[in-house]
Parts: sequence; structure tokens; C-alpha cells
Amino acid sequence: MRSFPLSSDRFDRRTFGQRFGLALIFILLMLALALLSDRFLTPANLTNILRQTAINGIISAGMTLVILTGGIDLSVGSVLALSVTIGAALMKQGWPVELSVLAALATGAGLGCINGLLITLARIPPFIATLGMLTMARGLTLMYTQGQPITGFPAAFRWLGTGDIAGIPVPIVLMLLVFVAGGFFLYRTSFGMQIYLLGDNPTAARLTGVPVNRLTVLVYTISGFCAALAGLILIARLDSAQPTIGLGYELNAIAAVVVGGASFSGGEGGLVGTLLGALLIETLNNGLNLLNVSSLWEQVVKGVVIALALLLYRAIGSRNSR
Amino acid sequence: MTSTTPRLKLINVSKAFPGVQAVRNVSLEAYSHQILALVGENGAGKSTLMNIINGVVQPDSGSILLDGAEVRIDSPRRAQALGITMIHQELALIPELTVGQNMFLGREPSRGGWIDWNELYRQTQQVLDRLGIALSARAKIAELSIAEQQLVEIARALSYQARLIALDEPTSSLTDRETEILFRLVRQLRAEGVALIYISHRMEEIFALADRIAVMRDGELITAGPTSEFTPQRVVQLMVGRELQPSASQPAQPRGEPILRATNLAAGKAVRGVSFTLHRGEIVGMAGLVGAGRTNVARLLFGADRLDQGEIWFEGKPIAIRSPRDAIRLGIGLVTEDRKAQGLFLKQSVRNNAGAGLLERLSRFGFVNFRALTQQVSDLTVRLRVRTPSLNQQVRNLSGGNQQKVIIARWLALQPKVLILDEPTRGVDVGAKADIHALIRELAAQGMAILMISSELPEILAVSDRILVMREGRITAELNRAEATQDRIMQAAVGQE
Repeated sequence: MRSFPLSSDRFDRRTFGQRFGLALIFILLMLALALLSDRFLTPANLTNILRQTAINGIISAGMTLVILTGGIDLSVGSVLALSVTIGAALMKQGWPVELSVLAALATGAGLGCINGLLITLARIPPFIATLGMLTMARGLTLMYTQGQPITGFPAAFRWLGTGDIAGIPVPIVLMLLVFVAGGFFLYRTSFGMQIYLLGDNPTAARLTGVPVNRLTVLVYTISGFCAALAGLILIARLDSAQPTIGLGYELNAIAAVVVGGASFSGGEGGLVGTLLGALLIETLNNGLNLLNVSSLWEQVVKGVVIALALLLYRAIGSRNSR
Repeated sequence: MTSTTPRLKLINVSKAFPGVQAVRNVSLEAYSHQILALVGENGAGKSTLMNIINGVVQPDSGSILLDGAEVRIDSPRRAQALGITMIHQELALIPELTVGQNMFLGREPSRGGWIDWNELYRQTQQVLDRLGIALSARAKIAELSIAEQQLVEIARALSYQARLIALDEPTSSLTDRETEILFRLVRQLRAEGVALIYISHRMEEIFALADRIAVMRDGELITAGPTSEFTPQRVVQLMVGRELQPSASQPAQPRGEPILRATNLAAGKAVRGVSFTLHRGEIVGMAGLVGAGRTNVARLLFGADRLDQGEIWFEGKPIAIRSPRDAIRLGIGLVTEDRKAQGLFLKQSVRNNAGAGLLERLSRFGFVNFRALTQQVSDLTVRLRVRTPSLNQQVRNLSGGNQQKVIIARWLALQPKVLILDEPTRGVDVGAKADIHALIRELAAQGMAILMISSELPEILAVSDRILVMREGRITAELNRAEATQDRIMQAAVGQE
């Protein structure tokens, strides 16, 4: 412990262990599945996994920011449903695709913003505020649609879910865009760095001049926006907006973030981990499908994997906490 | 008086953490009927050694003997069962529960499976009364002062029938009168046959209490022996490993023009009409008992709390400070009293902690210039002599003194015009303390206005150009450095003028 030398950027061992531990598990899983099924390691199947990851991946990206602040967003599934319902309805009324998409995204962001305001101005705990939004947005969706699905969208819209850019399916491109933009936001901007400070110690953050309220509202707004974007991709692929769409998606997103190494108490975790977490869960689903495991077992396996991931972090974490 | 078998015997105990050998081959004994003072700079390994004794961390090697029998202390629970209790700098009480509930947490007396509340409060009151602590067993912890909470902690330790009690900086938040009560308790415990380990940086306390002194430096035990073999100067030398310049008073600097003027500030019961002026280049010390409203005044100036009444003038203009953000924008900084709860981002790196306030200033279109950030932070950590293996080290791995320096660095980076420091050297070792005092003087010499709140009168007297004394929400005395003495300050603080 001399006066420190100016050293290069070195990960702390815990972060290092988590990130590479997860990557290692992911690679092992890929190897195992490749050995067990000759259909697994084909370009078509791998593309399929990525495409299936896109929906949960995009929602999880927003959720990561929320969980980093020490909060939680339970409303993403319902916000997704209400946003796409509005977008779909506008398209059916003859609005241009671009405007309808923008309206859906604005709805998602707006609902997220309301979450943020409830949490900061009304001082309602995130769990309760977003739980309220969960039921409210779902109720509005069911009321508006009268329980009926909206189907049959213009081809220009369906491109979001079924098209490709230079051979890469659009959902995958959008997911990568979300993560790249999110990465720049989180790791390169003052807002991103302040999110970590806020999650780590809200009192100290306020006393350091972090704009706590503004940042919280921003984070939930982004989460709502991501949910709406994921929803648009989903209905474009299905060519149908069911009123029950997105039911339970919040849990998948939280699972991806947690498997990705984020801490529920905030201030710890990141987008790389979340992306790996979402990919891991989807790969597992895909593998179990290929191996003809019953879909009922899939749920059980997913639960076990999440528990194992947390045990692993605990093991890594405890060894060098002081 | 001393039995031949030591109550606690450590043999060649070592413990390493990533990047640092925290404790190296320490062999040490603590006897019943004795107070052993354990001293050393922050980072010397005292806390780790205590954590080993208390079962929080396991030693890499070495053995621990309790009353001659080898023991393995693998958890704080096990330590408690063995009769080893630890009283920390940071309080470990649950604020929403009562004194009694805290004291018997997890071992409530029960009757037929139900908690016997009457019995619990009866026993609690008994312990409090025996120790002469004038508190109700049914009082809620949140309603007690920090000092009273500390006494409750000590009472709790006692209620465990402790064989060995380690006290880590127990007086750091106590006033002189409360310190006296604590001393009485400690001596009473010694008379009852408990072995005590007393960690402190205050030489007066150590020489008033201890039967033996053990000095640690850089993870090693430098020496241990009866108190009569030491002098305070010798102990400090051994701790630091070098001769230390006494932090003696210096001639008062000519002060600059006024920069901040507070008139008739009031907020709730804590602050009831406080007026004063800070000048550029001047160090104003703020003395008073714990709970006199000093911290509240600091928080009002910094926009952390709401003002009921009064005005703040800054650079000749009346201003409204609605949030810490406003204060920071104006050029006011606050180093808070409780660094863990209000200052540090424990999971983040040293760089992000020290650079926390710079993020926005060093960014363009929101994008942070990390090279500039790292450069500035590294300059500051070198200047403040922060000991850390790297800037990417998590700040929680640093010692208390170094953590404090990181927080001060955070504020210096923002180059404030007014810097408020609330108990800047609490729980900080002598070396770091001298560093911080020198730094405060240097900053004032460069034209910064400093408001330093401290409960340590020698510190107030050594550093301040002018001294304000608060009592019950009001300023009861303003003394210049020539007329200030410990007696006069204390009289104004307790209200016996």
C-alpha cells in the first residue's frame, strides 16, 4: 500500500469473475448443446436464437438501467401492451406507419415517465408505483380492445419483425443498436456514471449534486420506451396485437438482468452482463426445444439456472469482500 | 491482579486481502482485569485484527487461544457465544426498535414461545441502571442522540456477559461529559474482570485508561508493553514510523473580503436564529456539543435541508439555495459528517468516488472526458497522499483516513469558494489528521473560505482563525483565536457563562 502507481484500467476481481464466469458458462452451454444436437450449431438456428432474444433483450436493457438505480420496473409488460395497442389501432385507422410507430414509442416513454414522476415527486416506492402501472396499463389495454386482438398490418410495418438489413434480421439489428446506444449512454456519459452513483448511495448522490429526480424519471422513461420498441417488433412479427401481449415479460427481463450480474440494491451490474444473461436464457430455451424436452420442464430449468447464477456470484463475491 | 493465563492470545496471526497484507504475523495477548490500548494509523491493520477476533474474517494462518484453549471463531455469532463482543465506530443498532428490543435482538426472553416483553424491558432497565445510563428501556433508538446510542451499544455488549470487549474508537462521536461516563463504564468493566481492547487515536484517552499499549504499523505489531514504558510522543512516533511535525497553531492569516453571510437562519427546533459571516481565506471553527445544531446549519447552507426563515448572502447577493446542486453551482462544498452513509459510493472505484462531482463539468454533450477525469483525480490523490493500490480499487477497500481523503478530493476537484467540513478527522489516524489540517490551512491560504465543524477542542483551537460556539440551535459565542481557550469554548457550549 504505497502511494498508488498510476495503473491501467484493471477490472476489480469480482466484476471480472462475474463477467467471465458468465461468458464461460455460456460457452460451455453452447458446447454441450452442439454435442447433443447436430441442429444446434447451424447458422439458421443461431440466427433464430438471436431473433428470439431481441424482444427480451431490448426490454432487459431498459430494465438494467432501472435496476442499477436500485429500482425495479414491474410495468414493462403492460406498458408494452398499451403502447402497441395504440400503435396498432392508429395504423388500422389509416395513420402512416412512421407516425403510428412514433405514437407507440411516445406512449411507452410517457407511461415510463409517469412511473418516474410517481417515484420521485409522489415518493411512492418503485415496486408499488410500477405495480400500479402494471395493472392500470393492462386494464386500459383490455378496455380499449374489448379483449379482441388487432391484426393485419401494412407490410412496411411488418418489416420491423420480419425484414432484414444486409441479411441480418431487423429485430437483431435493433437489439444491437439498443445495446450499443445504451452502452454509450451508460459508460461514456455523465448520466450513465451518475446512475451508478445514484444506485450505490442515493443520499451521497444527492449531496454530490447528482440530479437524482431528473435521472430517475429519465431511467423509467427509457425503460418504457424500450418496452414499446420490443412490443412493436413483436406485433410486427406476429402480425397481430393481442390484448394479453407481454404478460409476465417483466419477470423475463428481471431474470436476464439478474443472471447478468446486476445487484438488486443498485450500483452494480451492466449491459454486457444483461445481454449475456438474455442470450443465455434464450439459448437454454432453444436447446431444450431441440432436445424435445417438454416446455413444462423449460420453466423449471430456467428457474434452476437463475438460482445457480446467483449462487455463483455469491461464491465469487464472498471470497473478496472485506 | 493479572492472572497468568491471558484471556486472549493471538499467535502469528496473518491475513491478506487482494493487494494488501492487512495483518502480518501478529502475536498479542490481552489479560482480564486489564485495558489494552491498540493504536496505529488507519490501514495499520487494527480493524482487520479486530474483525478476526470478532469472527467477521478468518485469518489465513496463526491461532487464537481463549483462556488457554485454542478456538476457531468462524462467525460473529460464534464470537458472541464465546463472550467476545465488539463495539464499532459505526453503530449497529436498528433505529426503528426500542433500546430493549435492540439489546435482546435475536435472544428475547420468552415464555411459552411468546416474547416476554415485560421481562425484556425489566432486564434492559436493570442493565442500564447498573451502568448509570439515564435512559428508558422503551425509548426508540431513532430518538436518541448518537452519544446515547453508543452507550446503548456498550450496555448491549455487557448484557452478553462478555469476557472480552473490544471498543473501536468509542469516543469519536461523544462529548467530553459523555466520554467521562464511558470511561467510568470501561473502568467498571475492568474491575469486574473483563479483558478490554481499546482502539483510539486520542493519546489523552489512551494514557488515562490503558494498562498496556500495543502499536501496529503496516499490518505488523511494532511493540507492546505496559503503559509506563511509553510517552505520548513515543507512541505517535512508533505509529507513524517517522517524526511528526506537531500541528501547532500558526499566526492568523489576514482575512479577505466577506463571501458568505447568513442572517437569522432558522429551521425547526435544531436551528433557531443563526447569523454569521465567512470571509475568503479564513478558517472558521464551529464548536458545540453533539446535537447543538452545527450539522443542521451546514446542511442549510448547502441546500440539503429546507430553511424556515433567514437569508443567505453569497458574494454580496441574496440567494436561494434549494438543493445541493444549487449550492455546488455557486461554489459551496460540504464534506459530511458520516462518510459511509452520506459520502461514499462504496461499490464504485476510487476514481469515480473522487470524480463524482466532476462528471458533468468534464463532459461535452453529456460525454465524459475520462482522460481529463483520471488525470485530475490522480493529481488530487497524489497531492492528498491517498494510499490506494490503484484508482480502480473499490473505495470500500480503503482505510477510513484514506476514504476521508477521497471525499475531500472530490470537493477540491470542484474548486469551491466555500468549503464546509463536518468533523473532517473523525476516526482518522494521527498521520492523516495532520495531513488534513495542513491541507485546510493551505486551502484557506489560497483564498478558500472554510467552515470546520469539530467536536475536538484541540483541533478547533489548532486550526481555526475564528471560532463560533453553538448551543441549542443558537450561536452562543464568537471568539478570535487569541481569546479562545478550551474552557471558554466549553462554557459557551454547555451554557455556564
